[in-house]
Amino acid sequence: MKKHITLNVNGKDHELLVEDNRLLVDVIREDLHLTGTKKGCGIGDCGVCTVLMDGVPTFSCLVLAIQASGSEIVTIEGISDGNDLHPLQQAFIDHGAVQCGFCTSGMILSSLALLNKNPSPTEKDIRKALSGNLCRCTGYQKIVDAVLAAAEIMRAEG
Amino acid sequence: MKDFRILNSRAPRIDAFDKVTGKAIFVDDIKRPNMLYGAILHSPLAHAKILNIDTSTAEKLPGVKKVVTSKEAGNVRWGVSPARYDENIFCIDKVKYVGDEIAAVAAVDLETAREAVELIKVDYEELPIVLDGLKAMDEGKPQIHPKYPRNTSAEVHWHFGDIEKGRAESDYIRTDSLSSKMQDAAFMEPQSMIAEYDQNGYLTLTSSTQAPHYVQRTLAMALKIPLHKVRVIKPYVGGGFGPKAACSTAELATCLLAIQTGKPVKLIFEREQVFLHSRARHQFFHKMTTGVKKDGTLMFLDHEAILDGGAYTSFGIATVYYAASLLGGPYRLKNMKYDGYRVITNKPACGAQRGHGAVIARACFEMQLDRIARELKLDPIELRLKNVMSTGEVTCNELNMSSLGMRECLEAVRDKSGWQDKRKRSEKGKGIGASCGFFVSGAGYPIYRSTTFHCTIVTKLNDVGGTVTVYSGSAEIGQGSDTMLAMITAEVLGIPLDAVHVLSGDTELTVDLGAYSSRTTLMTGNAAKEAAEDLKRKILEVIADKMDVSIDSLDFKDGLLYVDGGVGDIGELRREYRKEHLGFKDLPSETHLTFLEASRLAFLEKGSLVGTGKYKPPPLGGSFKGATVGTSPAFGCSAQIAEVQVDRETGNITVNKVTGAHDCGFAINRTQVEGQMQGSISMGLGEALMEEIKYDSCGRIVNANLAEYKIPTSLDMPELDAIIVESNEPNGPFGAKEVGEGAIMPTIPAIINAVYDATDLEVDELPLTPERIRSYIKKQKNNS
Repeated sequence: MKKHITLNVNGKDHELLVEDNRLLVDVIREDLHLTGTKKGCGIGDCGVCTVLMDGVPTFSCLVLAIQASGSEIVTIEGISDGNDLHPLQQAFIDHGAVQCGFCTSGMILSSLALLNKNPSPTEKDIRKALSGNLCRCTGYQKIVDAVLAAAEIMRAEG
Repeated sequence: MKDFRILNSRAPRIDAFDKVTGKAIFVDDIKRPNMLYGAILHSPLAHAKILNIDTSTAEKLPGVKKVVTSKEAGNVRWGVSPARYDENIFCIDKVKYVGDEIAAVAAVDLETAREAVELIKVDYEELPIVLDGLKAMDEGKPQIHPKYPRNTSAEVHWHFGDIEKGRAESDYIRTDSLSSKMQDAAFMEPQSMIAEYDQNGYLTLTSSTQAPHYVQRTLAMALKIPLHKVRVIKPYVGGGFGPKAACSTAELATCLLAIQTGKPVKLIFEREQVFLHSRARHQFFHKMTTGVKKDGTLMFLDHEAILDGGAYTSFGIATVYYAASLLGGPYRLKNMKYDGYRVITNKPACGAQRGHGAVIARACFEMQLDRIARELKLDPIELRLKNVMSTGEVTCNELNMSSLGMRECLEAVRDKSGWQDKRKRSEKGKGIGASCGFFVSGAGYPIYRSTTFHCTIVTKLNDVGGTVTVYSGSAEIGQGSDTMLAMITAEVLGIPLDAVHVLSGDTELTVDLGAYSSRTTLMTGNAAKEAAEDLKRKILEVIADKMDVSIDSLDFKDGLLYVDGGVGDIGELRREYRKEHLGFKDLPSETHLTFLEASRLAFLEKGSLVGTGKYKPPPLGGSFKGATVGTSPAFGCSAQIAEVQVDRETGNITVNKVTGAHDCGFAINRTQVEGQMQGSISMGLGEALMEEIKYDSCGRIVNANLAEYKIPTSLDMPELDAIIVESNEPNGPFGAKEVGEGAIMPTIPAIINAVYDATDLEVDELPLTPERIRSYIKKQKNNS
């Protein structure tokens, strides 16, 4: 059955008519054309579909779109504007934390949620926060390095 | 060393901006007007006769546009290696594993396509199955393919030197075994594809492939379409690691659906299908007998291997050769014998995965070296240093070490890790282990017999001047090859990195065999270097002519023209450029003439300017059977030291640190070299400790997901110290060679050897899960 919902994504309200069994990841990708959110397993194992829901990193393949109505959703497209990159994005570029790029959106969003909560994380804190986001390319070392560097920059920027 | 402006730096990847902003487009992000969605019917049985396929109910489902089976696909044999074409697009009379493809559906949406697949009725007659690779060759076992008696699709018998002489001259001889389990590459992006067919009979497949060229060839042959009418495009790809290096049934089926419906068809694998299709790491059973002198000098290796590769041969014939050929180095080993068998079982077919064929063989041999070292009371690193080859040596199987920084790698990890002190330390449960590794830098020959160039490059000057575009059929799959091409081109032309654009991953651009066998930096890099040099010469010829100076007096650096190292008399050229660009507000005003001005003037004189480059290796290898596998224009090598903590109660192994050194010849991009090393260590650590595909007694995978098939998370990975060793490879561009696969070689044995140091356990089966370690410890207690 279809339902009318209002989905707040990246600060903008979207009025949508969606089947009640549709997943948030599919609505974000197919209906809102925000394809920076990836789909890797569909059952919450890999983390590439991570978005922020009210600030909490959430696997969007495990949430129905209708459940997300009323929440504030942030996708990778929502954390920076045009050419002005978020410090995390810049750090991922500068530290070689990106290889194939398929996990990158989820990694950045999980990192952002961590830094919003804990501006001075230890390496262990970062590894814990990213443990639900799989990466097969990097061995995680450069991702951890990038998050540490971004944290420092964000602290300096206040 | 030469003063490089771009190379050897830590330049950010040229695709990083798109990837951190979510703008990078992967196959599943693409939609076409009137696009249909495809789904595949997989066999639920491991081995059965197909008695009847009834698609009538599926065809009647509203929204279904086409159902295809072997009736539409025909009886065309295809595969990876022409000598072992043993697959059909769809099963005809028999299914051979749980997951074998029987039919495919195209429908208006994915739900309808999947529902239709469920409505296809297949009648089977079950056949006895073969699951155990060790028993597949036994007499009386059901034969899975008529063409493979004793279920053996390839066997290799090699004897280099004289092992009996080696045996007679040895002071100490020992035999060890090591087996592994089938593994999955577990790339993050499941295989994805969109096929389109136009009214002129041109087929375009957009696919998450590592090797557009081989896919193009297979599509043309299996679908009977002229090669020039098939185009394969690879957008951004979310990792490959081997299984995406060959054409897949799904790619053929999707094309067939597009041809039959006349509409674009998209097909995306679910994660379970990634496991079912597999084409990942074989299961290996190695047995090695090695002899040494008292001082540790290696005298001979007698090696037997059985490779369980599942239901089809895929890359298997190369795999069974690689399992032995790459033991020829990096140690001096005069006498080597090998008997290898690649067997067929009723499981998903295996293919190539990072370190193709050589990873478990390397693990077994390096594990044995540590046991030999202990027996001879030698330091394991000293034993290795005693035997390593140097640049210029040739292996017993005729592989030429045109550069080999093996000694430098070993010494680097020994010194950086604090090996000497840590070996002496005897903290309970802690251990430290070392290993070497060795790998090709690009396969010496294509998969099919051909004299083709392995890659070509066309680098075109933008007609308005100032920037160039590199056209390449090569495959950026995350390893960074586009950035490598841009960096080499910018360095040669003497222009900034952002003045180079790269268009790649399209068979219509140039030929390139693809991203496999760690070939792209050396081969495509060489072609890119040649193309850039060609283009530079063409531009400078015009300038030399206009200035009436020798071309040898001209060069570009940082985007500026240098004449005999100075500014030169550029007044006339600058006036000419300015006249041509009246009204422009941003005319160059540097003291030197800029590349923008010079290249634009060259265009005005000559029209469009392109530089071309090409590469193929010289004839390589010996004249014995199978001598081509393992040949390469260069060999990468590496050493690693792993530090572990073993909990004897739980059997849990924690890797606390890995120190790795890799000889990549010359680091085009230092950050990317480290990234390949760290990623390799991560995959190796997973394979050593946790990765294992599990089957039930009916041949069904019971852990076809990323929760139960465990790969390392950020918490599993220790601190990684990556050391770059540069031996300046004469056959590589600027001295560069591979790092993408060689760096995985030492990881598994370094961990095994560290566990041996910590516990004295002589393991013989991977992965080293807590359950296995507990059972080894139990056995050890019982024996003592």
